Amino acid sequence: MTTRLILDIVFNGVVWGGIYALLSMGLSLQYGVARVLNLAHGEFIMVGSFLAFTVCSMFVGINPLLSLAIVGPGLFILGFLLHGTLFKQLRKSSPSVGAFEGSSLLATFGLLYIIQYAAKLEWGSLPANIHFLPTPIRILDVIVPTNRVVVLVFALGISLALYLFLSRTRLGKAIRAAAQDPATAGLMGVNINFVLALCFGLGAAIAGFAGVLHILCFPALTSMGLKYTLIAIIVIVLGGVGSIQGCLIGGLILGIVGQAVEHYNAMLAFPAFYVIFLILLLVKPKGIFGKS
Amino acid sequence: MNITTLTSKRFLVPAVLLLVLVLLAIAPRLIGLDHINIMTDLIMWGVLAVSWVIFSAPTGYMSLATGGFFGIGLYTSAILYAREGVLLPLPACIVVGGLFSFCAALGIGAVTLRLRGIYFAMFTFGVVEFSNRFFNWFELEIMGARGRNVAVVDTATLYYIALIIVVAVMVTAYLIKRSRYGLALQGIGEHEEAAAHMGVDTTRLKILTFAISAFFMGAMGVATGPRVFYVDPTTAFNANYTFLPVLMALFGGMGQLYGPILGAVSFGYLRYYLITKVPYQYMLIFGITLVLVVVFLPQGVGGLIQRVQNRLGGLITKLRKGGPVEQHANT
Amino acid sequence: MPILEGQDVTKFFGGLAAVSHVDFHVDQGEILGLIGPNGAGKTTLFNLISAAIPFKSGEMRFKGHKLNGLKPHQICKLGVSRTFQETKVFANISVLQNVLVGAFFGTPTRVSAADAAREASQALEFVGLTAMSALPTKDLTMVNQKRTEVARALATKPELLLLDELMAGLTPAEVSEAMELVTRIRDKGITVFMVEHVMKAIIGICGRIMVLHHGEKIAEGTPQEIVANKKVIEIYLGEETRAGS
Repeated sequence: MTTRLILDIVFNGVVWGGIYALLSMGLSLQYGVARVLNLAHGEFIMVGSFLAFTVCSMFVGINPLLSLAIVGPGLFILGFLLHGTLFKQLRKSSPSVGAFEGSSLLATFGLLYIIQYAAKLEWGSLPANIHFLPTPIRILDVIVPTNRVVVLVFALGISLALYLFLSRTRLGKAIRAAAQDPATAGLMGVNINFVLALCFGLGAAIAGFAGVLHILCFPALTSMGLKYTLIAIIVIVLGGVGSIQGCLIGGLILGIVGQAVEHYNAMLAFPAFYVIFLILLLVKPKGIFGKS
Repeated sequence: MNITTLTSKRFLVPAVLLLVLVLLAIAPRLIGLDHINIMTDLIMWGVLAVSWVIFSAPTGYMSLATGGFFGIGLYTSAILYAREGVLLPLPACIVVGGLFSFCAALGIGAVTLRLRGIYFAMFTFGVVEFSNRFFNWFELEIMGARGRNVAVVDTATLYYIALIIVVAVMVTAYLIKRSRYGLALQGIGEHEEAAAHMGVDTTRLKILTFAISAFFMGAMGVATGPRVFYVDPTTAFNANYTFLPVLMALFGGMGQLYGPILGAVSFGYLRYYLITKVPYQYMLIFGITLVLVVVFLPQGVGGLIQRVQNRLGGLITKLRKGGPVEQHANT
Repeated sequence: MPILEGQDVTKFFGGLAAVSHVDFHVDQGEILGLIGPNGAGKTTLFNLISAAIPFKSGEMRFKGHKLNGLKPHQICKLGVSRTFQETKVFANISVLQNVLVGAFFGTPTRVSAADAAREASQALEFVGLTAMSALPTKDLTMVNQKRTEVARALATKPELLLLDELMAGLTPAEVSEAMELVTRIRDKGITVFMVEHVMKAIIGICGRIMVLHHGEKIAEGTPQEIVANKKVIEIYLGEETRAGS
């Protein structure tokens, strides 16, 4: 176990952690506020990756980071509309929060298949790659491709922006109010339907960002969505729903653990996450920073 | 024996069921083996849908682990009933596979069913993916295998085995539903806290019922092994085996016993028909169908039929001028 | 002879003490009232007794059994049953089926189907719901849903019945009916511990009354004593007391 190996695992773990954190923040917004456990969340990441791929294929030579500007708004609109139509209807027809959680869960299960197979029809089943800053640079005795450093910076930047948005802006405070107590927030003048749709759209957009960042370093597959949904779920259980810091720390932990296990055997990384999930549910289901 | 007695529900329904059963039993003599194979496939979906409904319908806890339990069964058949060497007779393999799934469900349930339903859904959602990857690692690194072959069994035998399993699961579902435990399960689905306060050991009941439903999924998995012939972790642990029974149960209606069967036959056959013609599009269509069913037809076709029946029943009772009120007492 | 007693019962939610070092006892065969302003900790105390929330600080004993660490279904089988402030009936099944759940599972030993059915119909008759027993519970009025809850709790054959704001939202005529029902329950030999805001009912049927305020017990005594108690009068000045009329 050389220092170089440890640094290697830690650094790559942090890069992956940033991506995991970002995609789980999106899910945290959707579940924490809109109360929808979006099983199709990972599919939004996958779509983000492939949209970036398409953009880069159409405008050859363009800086792939610019696709963030297309993917973000695009997926935001998709998420916003989805909530405004599908989930708003379910909210109206569900007799209780529990019933809504159940039926919205099933609806997203259907969405998963819709999005994944539409993607398969459009983009096929082979891996997609983007050529972006593959030249290695040296950081603290570790040699990594430049793209990973860029991705890490962007992941942290977007997380910070989200944190500031939720804690400092008026809209962000409305969102947090809606998460705590939708009824009271409504009485205080918050347009609940708008806020919920906004959160869902925002969650989708962030997932899209995570997808773009993903494909900047690693290949993307149309079947990768499910794994990412599960990772996002484990991160928010680990970090606590509704906590940005929790998502960051949870993502970081999984990222590093994943790299460490992958070094031993790549196939065991996900099972290792699941063991963590199991232990978490046994010991502290509310997570590190959890409020219920 | 007058016409009223003969057409009364108590006599008519079992008679029709018996007739259907007899027809199904002699089917291999009447129709070709290709059709028998399709019917076995439909029965398989029926077993999965009914098993899923046994637990998830009354309690409202959405299990997304169906594919995992079914996969355990497929796997068991590949190991205990392999082409290279059969270790146990097929009926024993079926029971063993069922028991493996039963135990896995006990474990999963013990961890997650003490918590809120959303954790249960979250955790069961990943069971298939976990099993897929774990067993891929296990097979490749530990066993050195690259997929296994199951022993050959003739079509008619597989059909009869499937028939026995589906009858068994339906009888079980019926008995549970009509028993005090079925009532308690509904109580859990309505207001779990209140049910607990009335003396129901909710955690234990949930875990046990979940395990019973898993048993049948595993058993059917073993019985399907010889039909798919080749088993490896990627094909054995497939999320479609979770998704399709949910779609079938929801579409057919979870409140009636025939609902999941109706859904299984409809979508099982539709899938069989579409899978060769439009292999990607059909899953897309099914996804859309699920969303539409959840939003517009949450009680399923069975629920629709029930509502029509209630309207008609009210009409008939008015015509009969005060017929006996049907009490639904549980035993 | 106390059937239920508690010493130093305390429950914190975050930093706030919802129930603070409360000593209390319920005597066998009495109707004990529990009153106090909103947020005084009354329902919290009930939730601690029935184990709806975990109880760790203090001690409570029912007929000598320690209640610490028991789960709700175990406490029910010991002989404590309850109704809820927000009615928690099983809405989509019939009234009879609601009560049957209590009849089947509320007792420590297994009952036969016939015995459970008999117990259930007796409970329904006791509360006056026999005519509606086949109806889906969600179709019933709020008053009758409360009656269903009472019947369901009675079907568990309790020795102590906790009633949480049974009279909330009832008209004066319905309050009188409910008072009569509670008295009949006590006459059957079941001890009653009831949280109530409706003063007419509390003063009318309770043998003793306990007063909570900010989680602390501030007074205890007969209705006459409580009504004259200076502290009690103080905390209710400015509070909306529904005197049931």
